[in-house]
Amino acid sequence: MVRYLIRRILWAILLFIIITFVTFVIFFMGPNDPARAQCGGDQAQAACLKLVTEKYGLNKPLYVQYWYFFDRLVIHQNLGTSYATGQSINQAIGKAAPVTASLVFGGAILWMIIALTVGVFSALRPRSLLDRTAMVFVLIGISAHPVWIGLIFEYVFGVKLGWTPIANYANFFGAPADSGQPGGPWQWFYHMILPWMTFSLLFAALYVRMIRANVMETQNEDFVRTARAKGAPENRILVSHVLRNALLPVVTMLGMDIGVALGGAVFTESVYQLPGLGRSLIIGVQANDFAMVQGVVVFATIAILFFNLIVDVLYAWIDPRIRLT
Amino acid sequence: MALLEVNDLKTSFRTEDGVVGAVDGVSFSIEKGQTLGIVGESGSGKSVTCLTIMGLNAKRNTISSGEALWKGRNLLTMKPKELREIRGNEISMIFQDPMTSLNPVHTIGRQLEEAITLHRDVTKKVARARALELLKAVGIPRAEQRIDDYPHQFSGGMRQRVMIAMALINDPDVLIADEPTTALDVTTQAQILALMKRLQEDFGSAIIMITHDLGVVAEIADDVVVMYAANVVEQAEVHDLFNRPQHPYTWGLMGSLPRLEADVERLTQIPGQPPSLLRPPSGCRFHPRCPYVMEVCKTSYPALEPSRDPDHLQRCWLDQETKDREAAKLLETTMAEAG
Repeated sequence: MVRYLIRRILWAILLFIIITFVTFVIFFMGPNDPARAQCGGDQAQAACLKLVTEKYGLNKPLYVQYWYFFDRLVIHQNLGTSYATGQSINQAIGKAAPVTASLVFGGAILWMIIALTVGVFSALRPRSLLDRTAMVFVLIGISAHPVWIGLIFEYVFGVKLGWTPIANYANFFGAPADSGQPGGPWQWFYHMILPWMTFSLLFAALYVRMIRANVMETQNEDFVRTARAKGAPENRILVSHVLRNALLPVVTMLGMDIGVALGGAVFTESVYQLPGLGRSLIIGVQANDFAMVQGVVVFATIAILFFNLIVDVLYAWIDPRIRLT
Repeated sequence: MALLEVNDLKTSFRTEDGVVGAVDGVSFSIEKGQTLGIVGESGSGKSVTCLTIMGLNAKRNTISSGEALWKGRNLLTMKPKELREIRGNEISMIFQDPMTSLNPVHTIGRQLEEAITLHRDVTKKVARARALELLKAVGIPRAEQRIDDYPHQFSGGMRQRVMIAMALINDPDVLIADEPTTALDVTTQAQILALMKRLQEDFGSAIIMITHDLGVVAEIADDVVVMYAANVVEQAEVHDLFNRPQHPYTWGLMGSLPRLEADVERLTQIPGQPPSLLRPPSGCRFHPRCPYVMEVCKTSYPALEPSRDPDHLQRCWLDQETKDREAAKLLETTMAEAG
């Protein structure tokens, strides 16, 4: 187990180096002039350009620049400053990340609740009314784009029915006293309901289908028949023998989908004007703020690596066959 | 009263192509401590017979009739809860493939303990002690350490031993073994069979041994049921069956037993394929493959009737003289080959 852990961590570190390098090269080769961006774009003064070039070593070779970048990132945990606002990117991400985390994790919990209940019941009663209805829901969830879904939800639940707010974010720990914005756990929850629903729909649909298929397949396994031959009641067979095995691949998928979900969060955040990482990314791209874009990408990379590591460890814990390899 | 008495058991499956009659009128009974062998090719209905008795067929699309009287109560019409109390407790079952029959995510100790706690109100400690006792009884080396291992850490033979331990843990009256040695290599097969024989003496369980291997039957069974295409074609006491086999299919099975001493280039075989149960052949189901086929065989099916001995049932139109002659010939060649 310890060896497995060490190997996974070493892998994560190697992946981190490779991904940051590739990201760095892409931004290095892109139509991106950091010196000009820092000096105010088209009106840049020659003196300023020179100063910035020297300060950041922008005339040095690629590998030296990457080393500066890597050193700044790892030793000082510093993602740099925004070209557009001059603000520290660490601070900007520190503000945006909790919003995205609320969306992604709240959404993941919601989609797993939906997928587990609907998926398992569909598998137990294949071709029943519930199963058929669920499959229609799956088709809609997979086909419909989150932006479109978001707009529909806003219109129906927010405007027509007036049940929920249609946009904006409320801080879980309360808003700043003078901001006049809503805050606190209830307001946070209240504002996140629609974003969670929008965000979850696609994944809920995908996972319903996956869980249904896995449960149906596992029900035909020999060891399930063994459990039945032992005289185990059906609910015990389902929980202890079928689900434990059927959910193994789901855990793997969950780890892989955290990355995909971060990408999907961009759409949901822009529909509901949530000040998360996705919105920072869009604003960064629009403002030619490559430092910001790079910061978000690197941060997302670290987050994905971290959650994949957690999933690997979790997987080893739930599947004994992995542990010793 | 017999421990288990099966009367005219029929099981069919609804499929997209039509109804498949997998078991068509099987009857047998088994007494305490006895061993019944059910022999037949793949798809002859021997496994389905036992799965039906245990109520382990998928409920959807399965139709069963007849009765399986367990100590006088019909298992086929029993409530699921009552049946659960019998399964794994009074009747237990081991399966063909030990590699897939154990749950990969639980330790074998936990799976053994589950078998106990489902039927007995005992503490975890008592259940564990009993599990350990059984692992030792089936010959798992270093059982104290291995009880906390997972199935993938065991070899096929060791897993089948674990399955046997799990089946015997509640001291059942009947153990149904569905080709328990088929998936194992030959040396392991012999060990498992010897183990089952020894445990039968220790535990006093009756055994229903499903197999396609007449050698296994000769070794372990008291009574034998020979099945072909969902039907019983011959049913007799084991010595009687081997000394005076009455059905051409049984002759074929005996002729295809490999013998080390035999000076033959190839194994003899029964020509042709087992018939489709979706559209079984007219008349006797064995007639398309039978070397002794007569006109009557193609149109009407013989009933399962006693031959000379009232306890020796067979289903064949051949006259008694021919049967006796062929049986004697077969016995003679076997004896001659054995030297």
